[in-house]
Amino acid sequence: MADGAAMFEVVKPGLLTSVQDLGRPGYYHLGLPISGAMDRFALIAANRLVGNPDGAAGLEAVFLGPVLKFACDTTIAVTGAVMAPKVDGVEQELWSAFEIKAGQELAFGTLKAGARIYIAIAGGVDVPEVHGSRSTYALGALGGFEGRPLKAGDQVKIGAASGAAKLGVSIPEEIRRIQPASGVVLRAMPGLYWHRITEESQGSFFEDSWKVAPEADRIGYRFRGGRSLDFVPRKQPFGAGSDPSNIVDSCYPYGSIQVPGGTEPIVLHRDAVSGGGYFMVGTVISADMDLIGQLQPHQPVRFESIDMDGALAARRDEKGRLEALGAFLSG
Amino acid sequence: MTKSTIEAPIPGTFYRSPSPQEPVFKNEGDAVAVGDTVGLIEVMKSFTPVIAETAGTLVAFHVENEDAVMAGQPLYDLEA
Repeated sequence: MADGAAMFEVVKPGLLTSVQDLGRPGYYHLGLPISGAMDRFALIAANRLVGNPDGAAGLEAVFLGPVLKFACDTTIAVTGAVMAPKVDGVEQELWSAFEIKAGQELAFGTLKAGARIYIAIAGGVDVPEVHGSRSTYALGALGGFEGRPLKAGDQVKIGAASGAAKLGVSIPEEIRRIQPASGVVLRAMPGLYWHRITEESQGSFFEDSWKVAPEADRIGYRFRGGRSLDFVPRKQPFGAGSDPSNIVDSCYPYGSIQVPGGTEPIVLHRDAVSGGGYFMVGTVISADMDLIGQLQPHQPVRFESIDMDGALAARRDEKGRLEALGAFLSG
Repeated sequence: MTKSTIEAPIPGTFYRSPSPQEPVFKNEGDAVAVGDTVGLIEVMKSFTPVIAETAGTLVAFHVENEDAVMAGQPLYDLEA
């Protein structure tokens, strides 16, 4: 790695660190998921702190931070989960921009809360765009750095910085995502297949407490611990599987909650498959999808029923948070 | 002798042996060297070894085999 070159080297990749931007919408009907940051607000905030456009590519690291060695002087911001960034061992503030010099190492402390950190670098991570996005879709070996999560020894290029980094500014806690220590609620709209489960199961789904399963990942967040759902008897439709949770193959929306066998709900997330033969009990609203990206395994969660008006109001609130962030950073 | 508590680096399911048929990596009372594997944590369908960064004697486990662990949860006590 040449000194002064606009790049960094991966010393340790962490558990799973990938290049992500705001995603690749427009191809889901072809089976290509939207990908991108699981917590978009955190990536946008990190990008704005280092003077990048909202959609610049950064790094998403889950549970364990990477160790990166920089070949050039640059500015960095880390947001999302509570995991302290360190420059050559010196702790830096989260949700604020800080400088790193050529030859220095960026490393992280242990995870205290949340699940995913977002690392923005002034100029953004410079990997080729694939179908309009730099996001990694690892399952499809597409986008990001060579279509895969980062590995030790990777040399990753950095784009040209805007010079508009907000050094010395820290995003106030009230604008950061509030992660309730307990009692996480995910709001969901009952969906097209709501009629497939009994009235009792329609009640229990929203009453029960569910826990994030350790398998939860970028493709889907699996939950367990609530009562199994019972199905209304039916004649197996032509084209559907024999299990009562099977349907004639259909599209799976981003955020949809499928419950294979009626036992463990799975909320499809950024790297989801786009269709299949499981019924969906409903769809988590867009305003709560970022929050899912910050859930750790075993964390208790409850689903709450919401209607379209409520979902649209929540989306406006979420937009308001972005506006508050913009007003704070330009003020 | 100083006692320290080692915490889970990541959340997941904790395993004390490489597979159900094999013996545990470490028993209470065993010596632990830097770089030794003390257990495994399974998360996102992959297994990550818990590697000792400090040498000493493993005094006690705080978690059982197959227990759910959160990041930062105490895993074992070490006397050095």
